[in-house]
Amino acid sequence: MTPTLAPSSRVQLTEDGKLRHFLTTEHLPRSLLEDILDTAASFVDVGGRSIKKVPLLRGKTVVNLFFESSTRTRSTFELAAQRLSADVLNLDIAKSATSKGETLLDTLRNLEAMAADMFVVRHQDSGAPFFIANEVTPNVAVINAGDGRHAHPTQAMLDMYTIRHYKGGFEGLKVAIVGDILHSRVARSQVHALNTLGAEEVRLIGPKTLLPVDAEALGATVFTDMAHGLKDVDVVIMLRLQKERMDSALLPSEGEFFRLYGLNNEKLHYAKEDAIVMHPGPINRGVEIASEVADGPRSVILNQVTFGIAVRMAVMSMTISGQDSAPAGGAAHGS
Amino acid sequence: MLGSFAMRAWHLWIAFLESPLSWDEQQLQTHLDTMAVAVAERFAGQAPLLVGIESGGAWVAEALNAKLETPLPLGTLNPAFYRDDFDTRGLKATVTPSKLPFEVDGQHIVLVDDVLMTGRTIRAAMNELFDFGRPASISLVVLFDIGHRELPIRADICGETLALPPHQRVELRGPSPLIAEIRELVAEDNRETRS
Repeated sequence: MTPTLAPSSRVQLTEDGKLRHFLTTEHLPRSLLEDILDTAASFVDVGGRSIKKVPLLRGKTVVNLFFESSTRTRSTFELAAQRLSADVLNLDIAKSATSKGETLLDTLRNLEAMAADMFVVRHQDSGAPFFIANEVTPNVAVINAGDGRHAHPTQAMLDMYTIRHYKGGFEGLKVAIVGDILHSRVARSQVHALNTLGAEEVRLIGPKTLLPVDAEALGATVFTDMAHGLKDVDVVIMLRLQKERMDSALLPSEGEFFRLYGLNNEKLHYAKEDAIVMHPGPINRGVEIASEVADGPRSVILNQVTFGIAVRMAVMSMTISGQDSAPAGGAAHGS
Repeated sequence: MLGSFAMRAWHLWIAFLESPLSWDEQQLQTHLDTMAVAVAERFAGQAPLLVGIESGGAWVAEALNAKLETPLPLGTLNPAFYRDDFDTRGLKATVTPSKLPFEVDGQHIVLVDDVLMTGRTIRAAMNELFDFGRPASISLVVLFDIGHRELPIRADICGETLALPPHQRVELRGPSPLIAEIRELVAEDNRETRS
C-alpha cells in the first residue's frame, strides 16, 4: 500500500505560487505543469548547439544524492545540471556515509555546509525527499528523482512533454499505462499529471496482482485485458517489469506476462493508428515490449530520453529561481 | 537671476513632458529609413549578418532588412539564459529559441535591438553570440537609446536618443505595424525594467 502523504502544495510552492521544490506532480496546478513544459521547450534547442551549455546556474552547486542506485536517471540529471553550467557532485550515499552510521540529517547538514544549492534525491523510501525538503535551509531546492513507490515527477513530466510534442495537447486524449502499476512510482506521477493537464481518460492495464487497490481512486480506469484496455487509445506507456517480481509469486513467468501484457504489433493494433508508444527505460525486450514495437515507427522511446534532459533543466531552473520570492519578469522594455 | 534660471528649467521640464508620447508607423519608418542608410554606408564592401534580439529587436531587424537594397542574412537571438538577473527575476516560461541560420565564426555581426538602456541585455546577447562562434566584429544598432547605462556599451547606429526620467520607458509594439509609445512604470514593474 502506497503511503498517504500530506498535500504537497505547501512544501513545493512559494507564497506567490512559484516552484520551490519539485517532489510530486500531485496537487500542483495545471498552469505550473504547463510552465514546466513551456520552459522545457525553451531548453530543447540547447542540446542541438555545438556548445551545449547556457550559464543560467553558473556558480550553483547541484548535489545528486542517490540513496538508491540509478545510472540513467542520475546521468540525465547530471547532464541537465552541467548544461545549465552548475557544478555537480554525485554522491552514492548507499555506499558511503549512511552505511557508516551517519544519520540522514547529519549527512544533509554536512552537504549544506559545502554550500549546496540543490539536492536531487532518489530514495527507496516513499516520502524521503519530502522529509529532506522540510529540513533543508531556505536557499536549497530539492528535486525528487524517485522515492519508493510514491513518485517520480520529472519522469512523468518528460512523458507529458513527449505526449504534448507528438499529440499537440491533452484534450480528448486517451492514455494507457501498462504493466507493473503496483510498484511504479512513475505511473502514479503520470496519472496525476495527465488528469491535471486535461487528458480525457487515463487507463491502467495489468494483471490484478500488479494493480494497486486504490487504482481507480487515483483517477484512472482499470483494465486487466489488453484488448479492451488498448482500444482506441492515443498513447501507450509501457512500464518496466522488475524481474524480481517474478520471484515473489506476483507473476507466473516472464513468458506468461509477455503473452498477456507484453506489447507487440498484434496488440498495438487495438490502439489508434497514430498512437505513440512510450517506455521510461531501460526496456526488457520480450518481457514487456517486443523489439518490433520498441524499434518500430510508433516508438518515441529515445526521444523521451532527449526531452528528459530539457525537462530536468526546466525544473532545476524553476526551483532555483523559486528560492527567491521575486515574481518572474515580463519583457524588458529597456535594456 | 536665480528665478530666471528656475523658470527656464521649468520650461525645459514642460517641454520634455510635451515631447511625443508615441510614434506612429510613419514616424518609425522615417527612423528606419535613416538607420538603413547608415547601415548600408557603415558596412559598404562588407557582408555583415543581421541579428535581432527577441522580440522587439527582431522586429526592427526585419523592418530594417526590408529597407536595405541587398537584404542581409537574418538571425534572431534570445539571451534569456544569459541574463545576469536570473536569481531575482527567474525565467519566463516561454523563451523563443535563438535562431542563427549561419556560421558566426569570422563574420561581422550587426546586433539589432529596439531600446538600449542599461546595456545588460546587449552584454547577455554578446555572451550568447560567442557560444555560437567568434565573430570578426559586433556592431550595435538600436531604434531608441534612452540612457541610464550601467555598462560601457554604446550604439553604433541609433534611430532616436531620448532623455527619459527613471519612471518612463519606451515600449515597441509590432511586428506590423510597428508603433512605439512612452509608458509610465508602475512600482511592481521596477524590477523587470531595471535591466
